[in-house]
Amino acid sequence: MPTVGIKRDLLFKALGRTYTDEEFDELCFEFGLELDEITSEKEIVSREQGDTKASDASDVILYKIDVPANRYDLLCLEGLVRGLQVFKNKLEAPRYRRISPVNGDPQKLIITKETAAVRPFAVAAVLRNITFTQERYDSFIELQEKLHQNICRKRSLVAIGTHDLDTISGPFTYTAKPPGDISFKPLNQTKEYTATELMSLYKTDSHLRHYLHIIEDKPVYPIIYDSNGIVLSMPPIINGDHSKITLQTKNVFIECTATDLTKAKIVLDMMVTMFSEYCSQPFTKEKLSGEFINRKVGINESTEKIAQLLTRMCLLSRATGVGDEIEVEIPPTRSDVIHACDIMEDAAIAYGFNNITRTTPRAYTVANQFPLNKLTELLRQDLAAAGFTEALNFALVARTTLLPGLLKTIAANRKMPLPLKLFEVSDVVLKDETKDVGARNSRRFCAVYYNKSPGFEVIHGLLDRTMQLLEVKSARGEGYHIQAADGKNSTFFPGRCAEIIVRGKTVGRLGVLHPDVINRFELTMPCSAMEIDIEPFL
Amino acid sequence: MADSGVVETLLQRIEKADDGVDSLNVAASLGVDHQVIVGAVKSLQALGDIISADLRSSKHWELTVEGSEIAEQGSHEARVFSSIPLEGLAQSELMKLSFGKIGFSKAMSNKWIRVDKTQEGGPRIFRAVENIEDQVREKLLQVQKGNFSQLDEKEKNELKKRKLLSEVGSWKEKKFKPYNFEAMGVAPDCGHLHPLMKVRTQFRQIFLEMGFTEMPTNNFIESSFWNFDSLFQPQQHPARDQHDTFFLSDPALAHEFPQDYLERVKKVHSEGGFGSQGYKYDWKIEEAQKNILRTHTTAVSARMLYKLAQQKFTPVKYFSIDRVFRNETLDATHLAEFHQIEGVVADYGLTLGDLMGILHQFFTKLGITKLRFKPAYNPYTEPSMEVFSYHEGLKKWVEVGNSGVFRPEMLLPMGLPEDVSVIAWGLSLERPTMIKYGINNIRELVGHKVNLQMVYDGPICRLDS
Repeated sequence: MPTVGIKRDLLFKALGRTYTDEEFDELCFEFGLELDEITSEKEIVSREQGDTKASDASDVILYKIDVPANRYDLLCLEGLVRGLQVFKNKLEAPRYRRISPVNGDPQKLIITKETAAVRPFAVAAVLRNITFTQERYDSFIELQEKLHQNICRKRSLVAIGTHDLDTISGPFTYTAKPPGDISFKPLNQTKEYTATELMSLYKTDSHLRHYLHIIEDKPVYPIIYDSNGIVLSMPPIINGDHSKITLQTKNVFIECTATDLTKAKIVLDMMVTMFSEYCSQPFTKEKLSGEFINRKVGINESTEKIAQLLTRMCLLSRATGVGDEIEVEIPPTRSDVIHACDIMEDAAIAYGFNNITRTTPRAYTVANQFPLNKLTELLRQDLAAAGFTEALNFALVARTTLLPGLLKTIAANRKMPLPLKLFEVSDVVLKDETKDVGARNSRRFCAVYYNKSPGFEVIHGLLDRTMQLLEVKSARGEGYHIQAADGKNSTFFPGRCAEIIVRGKTVGRLGVLHPDVINRFELTMPCSAMEIDIEPFL
Repeated sequence: MADSGVVETLLQRIEKADDGVDSLNVAASLGVDHQVIVGAVKSLQALGDIISADLRSSKHWELTVEGSEIAEQGSHEARVFSSIPLEGLAQSELMKLSFGKIGFSKAMSNKWIRVDKTQEGGPRIFRAVENIEDQVREKLLQVQKGNFSQLDEKEKNELKKRKLLSEVGSWKEKKFKPYNFEAMGVAPDCGHLHPLMKVRTQFRQIFLEMGFTEMPTNNFIESSFWNFDSLFQPQQHPARDQHDTFFLSDPALAHEFPQDYLERVKKVHSEGGFGSQGYKYDWKIEEAQKNILRTHTTAVSARMLYKLAQQKFTPVKYFSIDRVFRNETLDATHLAEFHQIEGVVADYGLTLGDLMGILHQFFTKLGITKLRFKPAYNPYTEPSMEVFSYHEGLKKWVEVGNSGVFRPEMLLPMGLPEDVSVIAWGLSLERPTMIKYGINNIRELVGHKVNLQMVYDGPICRLDS
């Protein structure tokens, strides 16, 4: 879950009231957020770098809030506040409209075909009459970073560039050129570099070096110019210094270059809606029935009431008057709404999950156990009754046999009194071309006896007991028998290893472990073991 | 407190004797009951380190009640003898006496008397010898005095047969070391079940009691298609990254899918459909083919629901408890593999209220009755709810599970009827086990570093208390 760090006092100021930590926690619970941590910059630095480094850090209280992964509109203070205010009926659900510039035509971004080789898509927008305070500025930068980390998949899918419109002039061109042909002064540098030089320069930059690979090996690099040849940015790496945003910036040009057009549009929508009351995309309208909402949630509200509930979630709605039809406006901030069920969930949240009446599914069903699990459960009980203790080992480690896991368990528990008698009934994984994924699980039973003497007869006795439990007679052919295994198996001591054969088929083996194996697992006493496949006994 | 005279005498005797005295002999020679001597011994021992006493077992013989009578009055046969005058006694008269019957046959076999059957007035008994020795009485008197070593085994057993003597075990005289009821008993030599598996057995039980059928989850390796795509989790999603998922190098790719269904899944992701806008990106089969270690058992639920959709729909309740694998940061409470518990209900017209209802039933069986639900997000459920319960000890609400209603984009491409809703919930097995058994570090519970003593000592698993 993405986390946003919001200064608490700023948050309360924007919300128009203060909350105790408990009250705010409760509000988050209702809305679907989580107040993960209450901390300060000082605490964070102190924790990560020690108290001395922290002495200069701010101790302004920060709320770390976990936000659902699909709600990009809640990734900054502005969006969070808007969502909460509308939810609490303090604010009307905003309506976003595109407007034309006061004087002249809209700006143009021309995309050339060279970009297809490296980063084909781009979208752009203009935010006018913005006033940046330090906080707003920080929030603006922070949102870009959050979007870059989440939906943009670390800039690989989408990269955002923001520029002071008044320092550049359109129309703008988005093209791609060989790195040697690109030269500009990047952000916070004092001289010009070619793109090739920048790749080396940023190899040591702790932040930027993670993005170099996205374009590094391409024949051409993306680049955006204004009509005077000034470089706005070289996505997804760095902006030009010329067009950088300051606290004095009034008009912002936002460009998003991408390999995924859908996501580029979502990202652009977020950038503009968060920082303005107007945006460049019209809203979309959906129609659904009040009955649908009532039926899916399990409530019984009037059409008008449902429309009100949705409006509180920033989904401006009204009852059209045609039966129980409701018209819902989906703002561009809500890219997560892709099906009527998303709208239905918001209605349920506004209603309050904990206000819904609990009911019980009526269907009568008879339960069945999975036969292999049933067999396993029955066997386990009697194996413990036979005096062996159950272990549980990682599947990742012992992929094709359970024995290493048990041996490691003994090695880690050497101080326990002898003899150590362990067993495990669990799955291993085998390749199987007949399965759709090319592999299958196999349920095995494995037991070990670790003592001053190897105790082959003990393990053999356990095998006999197991066969007795499975109703398999001790008889060659129709039952089970053991016979000397050939010497090829390096796990066991030569001459002290037997194959276990049930109704003519080998199901496993038992024997005294080879001293090399004992040593490899850092054990010091003799050990005997058995392992069988229990699936033939179903 | 024993008779101080006896105590002193005993002490003197012990002092004089080189290798101790026998309590029974002392009793006999002083003419007191053995118990009196025992009492004296005990008193001396209580005073401190004055004497040392050895317990010896020996057979000890006592007179029965009948035996005591005989010791006093003589044996039946002797009394028979003495009751016969010179002129003899009619047998009928003799038999009237209390000792007659038994005494007669004994006296006869001892040849102390003879019967004359020719007399008129019935058989008459006459003395056959002048005098007799009442040996039985003698012997019994010896025993009474405590000199039973004077009799040989044959004699004692004979008298025992006549129920005149009884053998008494010497435990009566033994001093028994008092039991230390504060100490523990001997631990039985038994095997043990693993705590996590014990908890799993209980959860299995709970599901079965609620009518849920167990899904076949014996496939750790899953294709991305079933694990992610069929669940409407988009490709290019963080969860599908290297750092959350284990990809397989061999076998690297799955090679078989239900083709028609795959096409519908592709469509709903990339173009939308079934009432959805979809994600609008390029869906690639190469991504779907990638084999992984499954990140959730919901992949199996998807397979089961698909299978269900291929036949006429009937309501079902499914569950599973099995291993899943996540390539995440490891710490004291997180491992790369753990067990997921999952419950699924599919039926016509299920509501969010139904989901809350069944969660209440499930958690009530765990002894949890106070629940609250919080809006959450899962790529494949909408609505999604996190389930919280009130922890009396910590005095706060803690998360106990995750739940939701599967999205139409997941169910409709499978072919399930449109008004069928599928609700589901899940939680981990490890967390309730660690809480139940008071374990703080997950490595002590799962894996080879398990604390075996904890396994040996673990109580039965009762989840509702």
